Amino acid sequence: MGRVFAVVLTLITLVSVAFFVMHTWWLPPDISTTGPAIDRQLEETLIGTGVLFLAGQLILAFFAWGASDKTPGRKMKMFPGGPTPLVTAAIVVVGIEIFTLTFVGSKAWGAIYLTPADAGALRIDVQAEQFAFYFRYAGPDAKFGAVHPEKIDDGSGNYFGLDPANDVDARDDIVAASLVVPVNRQVALTLHSKDVGHSFYVRELRVQQDFVPGLDIPLHFTATQTGKYEIVCTQLCGLGHYNMKAYLEVMSEEDYEQWLKTQAGQ
Amino acid sequence: MHEVSSNPVAHQHSAPTGFIRKYVFSLDHKVIGKQYYGLALVSVFVGMVLSWLLRVHLAYPNWHIPLLEKVSKVGAPGGVMTPEYYLSLLTMHGTLMVFFVLTNAPFAAFGNFFLPIQIGAEDMSFPRFNMMSFWTTFLAFLVMMASFFVADGPPISGWTAYAPLSAVGGDAGPGLALGQTLWAISIAIFCVGSLLGALNFISTTLDLRTKGMSLIRMPYSTWAWFVTSVIALLAFAVLLPACILLILDRVAGTSFFIPAGLILSDKLQPHSGGSPLLWQHLFWFFGHPEVYIAILPSIGIISTILPVFTRKPFLGPRALIGSMIAIGFLSYMVWGHHMFVSGMNPFSADIFSVPTLIITIPATIMTLLLTASIYGGKMRFDTPALFCLGFISVFISGGISGFYLAQPSLDSYLHATYFVVAHFHFVMAVASLFGVFAGTYFWFPKMFGRMMNEKMGKWHFWLTFLGVYCVFMPMHYLGLVGNVRRYSAFVDDYLAPLIPVHRFITIAALLTGAAQLIFFWNLAWSRFKGPLAPENPWEATSLEWSTTSPPPFDNFGARHPVVSHSPNEYGVEAADGTDYVMQTAPSKSA
Repeated sequence: MGRVFAVVLTLITLVSVAFFVMHTWWLPPDISTTGPAIDRQLEETLIGTGVLFLAGQLILAFFAWGASDKTPGRKMKMFPGGPTPLVTAAIVVVGIEIFTLTFVGSKAWGAIYLTPADAGALRIDVQAEQFAFYFRYAGPDAKFGAVHPEKIDDGSGNYFGLDPANDVDARDDIVAASLVVPVNRQVALTLHSKDVGHSFYVRELRVQQDFVPGLDIPLHFTATQTGKYEIVCTQLCGLGHYNMKAYLEVMSEEDYEQWLKTQAGQ
Repeated sequence: MHEVSSNPVAHQHSAPTGFIRKYVFSLDHKVIGKQYYGLALVSVFVGMVLSWLLRVHLAYPNWHIPLLEKVSKVGAPGGVMTPEYYLSLLTMHGTLMVFFVLTNAPFAAFGNFFLPIQIGAEDMSFPRFNMMSFWTTFLAFLVMMASFFVADGPPISGWTAYAPLSAVGGDAGPGLALGQTLWAISIAIFCVGSLLGALNFISTTLDLRTKGMSLIRMPYSTWAWFVTSVIALLAFAVLLPACILLILDRVAGTSFFIPAGLILSDKLQPHSGGSPLLWQHLFWFFGHPEVYIAILPSIGIISTILPVFTRKPFLGPRALIGSMIAIGFLSYMVWGHHMFVSGMNPFSADIFSVPTLIITIPATIMTLLLTASIYGGKMRFDTPALFCLGFISVFISGGISGFYLAQPSLDSYLHATYFVVAHFHFVMAVASLFGVFAGTYFWFPKMFGRMMNEKMGKWHFWLTFLGVYCVFMPMHYLGLVGNVRRYSAFVDDYLAPLIPVHRFITIAALLTGAAQLIFFWNLAWSRFKGPLAPENPWEATSLEWSTTSPPPFDNFGARHPVVSHSPNEYGVEAADGTDYVMQTAPSKSA
């Protein structure tokens, strides 16, 4: 029975690892300036943990095989050296792994979440609600109008609660249902929620950030390739959670300017 | 601590005679242990059926399940569940499994039955508290199940009940009115029951050890229950007030978790000043230690059972116990790793990441000790032994993925994807349940006086072992693609091509679930038809095997066992020709 276990476990292990190695199911190509560091971090973690996984499972299989040896008169054996080398190995090997990952990983995290956006970044306000995202651009005056939650009215399209009648800054604000950005220019988002928690997740940008009601949360990225990508909600927000999405459209600078003009004209 | 000689206190209550006091409101820790086990069985069955329904809905969204319409006309019109009913059932699956199965079965059920016996006590320190802890937990279960029968069903906010979704009431969506209130009340009651149980475990372990039972001579399962009860005491003591605050937000108009200016169902909510992140901090301050409340008892159970079947001593008992204590200590410093992308200060992500990674060191030590304990053994491959081997394998698989999620930079991609679902199911759910299965096959003879059927046990093991890998390993791949969890349907462009993988998982889940029916049948059949169990069928050393199967009301029949050995004496050449020495065997010097 121990030998059957050893064979079955070896097969499970090899098949599991094969799909990781073959990249049968994998991340979409990265389109951000900060993503490559994360992808590198992922590869390093995959190699490190892959070795530990293979070693752990295969040694278990090997020992189970050995323990089922029915040779008559075979003497029971203790693990050579006792527990001390194992405890030492765990501390040293895992310790080195942790040190390496933390040392490298902090930078990948820091480049996105601990570094403030550039002063010249394109600022866009994002409002999440059950079950949609809306994006607000400051318009020609480069100033966002003030937000008044009590004025929010989805029926009339006032998703942010603007007061253009009394607020000059709000009059030229552009509100869109897609996040349209120019390529190779840093974009600084400010995330707010109208109702409950939501999350902003674009796989190709390698970023995920929750919207927290009551907080304004900054998030910045620079997209390096034009195209259309899905923005999905990853924080359980109610019955329509699965269907809460929008598109990120990355355009050339000219197309973006053209798009802005069209929006301002509406 | 080597010369503990506290005499067992006189039994605080006499054997009951009536049916009610004997089987229902019993003060006997063994009956209470069985009651917890029964409650966990009912909960795991409901939780499993819920998971089947969820999986079928994900893979075959158009299937009509007529029975489902009978359960809820609103939730499943025409037998197809609505998105909100999917979330309701998802919430109940998670809640039942985490609280009523993973906390109750390995900890409360086996701990109640075996902790006092393993230390040579006649009962718990506070038998009345003990009875109260079970019936409180049972009341929590009833309140939780009641949410199935209220107007718009159970809550849709998940087992984590994030505010303000869980706090603002019915305006946030279906199930968030009365259903959510019942959820919060149930969990608060559950906390009370768990606190009473934890206090009892701690005081019993410290006060009621029999002569010669020093702390270091306690079996590892008892050590695990002891460390777990310390964790539980601190964890549930935080969740309880958190739930009370949530209930107050919901029914008394307070704003602990609700900030100003929220608009739901086109209504400005009459709240201001609260913080949604406060709920997350309180919840995960409980929630992460809860992972160890689920897994540590199983590690203890496996470490106790494995040497019985390898017929050699466990390698490094002190390192094992030290690792358990280290994990218990560290479990309170890592809760923020659930919140890397929550909007808390991103600097704190680094602070929480390091202890999270460090906690893999004691976990690795335990895994290495378990694996090395097999080396060179002459193993007996009875069902409990197979589940021990399976436990080590799934614990490795689940532990490895923790390396990814502990790093904020990778978590920012993998958070809230199926990668997380794979991780916690392997390391917390499956590993913990393998401990429960091993414990069940091992201790059933002691609990019920009859052996379980080995053939059915082996079928159960093989189908479950293969099944869980088919269910949960592919979820890692889905996570790498970025498949978001908690979606009731996959409508996004990039998710539709993944549906074949979901179909594979669903079929595997149904088959693995069907294999559990073998286990249920084996339990029922063996309870009445199994061959009678001898006192020590597995040739094990700890005290429960030195008394009858099942033990008498006072556990040792008016004897007070005296302990002269560690529980680790296997593979020796004993005077009576066996290869093990009971803890109660007379000492050589005597």
